[in-house]
Amino acid sequence: MNTPLQRVQGLGASHSGTGHFWRQRVTAVALVPLSLWFLYVAIGLAGTTEVSALVFFAHPWNAILMAAFVIIALYHAALGLQVVIDDYIHTAGSKIFFFLMVRFAVIATGSTCIFALLRIAAQ
Amino acid sequence: MADNPQVPGAQQRPLSPHLTIYRWPVTMMTSITHRATGIALSVGMVILAWWLVSISNGPEGFESFHAVVDTPLGLLVLFAITWSLAFHFCNGIRHLAWDLGYGFSKEASRQGSILVIALSVILAVAIFACVWTGHGGYLR
Repeated sequence: MNTPLQRVQGLGASHSGTGHFWRQRVTAVALVPLSLWFLYVAIGLAGTTEVSALVFFAHPWNAILMAAFVIIALYHAALGLQVVIDDYIHTAGSKIFFFLMVRFAVIATGSTCIFALLRIAAQ
Repeated sequence: MADNPQVPGAQQRPLSPHLTIYRWPVTMMTSITHRATGIALSVGMVILAWWLVSISNGPEGFESFHAVVDTPLGLLVLFAITWSLAFHFCNGIRHLAWDLGYGFSKEASRQGSILVIALSVILAVAIFACVWTGHGGYLR
């Protein structure tokens, strides 16, 4: 019972086609090298003082990689949490409420990380 | 449980996936654990934000972060997140392999599940052992 326009757009019942699926995969692939780098950093800075961390993140490449890791990981998290909400919350109102909560939380966490990195860069 | 649409008033029978009836296969374990570790890692991102802010706050800020994280409970949470990352990483690669069409057979998915569980535990323990034996902190 699709209208010609719906058929042309090919977006189906989700209203977004395979966009969510595809973004989840693209961010996952990007996170493979980025998480390995993050692990290298986390172990490398374990047991050091804040001076070591300041010097490390003051380097542009390290700050850029950390920002990329944070943004992509949070994007991936928002997509994943959306699926969890989709699966377990069945009323439209609560669903929208939790979607908004996830998005606000992700943006708050991300901007906090970027702010901290900028503050370190400015020191 | 659902009404049988064909026979009104027929005996109600359980519907798949029979969570409370069958013994859990290991593939079911890894599937739900992937989701649980994903949620744990989302919380971990908040701790990462706190760590970055504490670094930017200078010595006092950094110490206040470590005052919480260096407690037994803090280290337990840190270990749980480390293992979550190891598991979600390994099982995520399994998911990407499935997307390419590999590893769908019953035996392959069972062996893959066991491999991912073993590998994630080994990785998490290795990361903590690495730091505790003084092999961390090389970015000093």
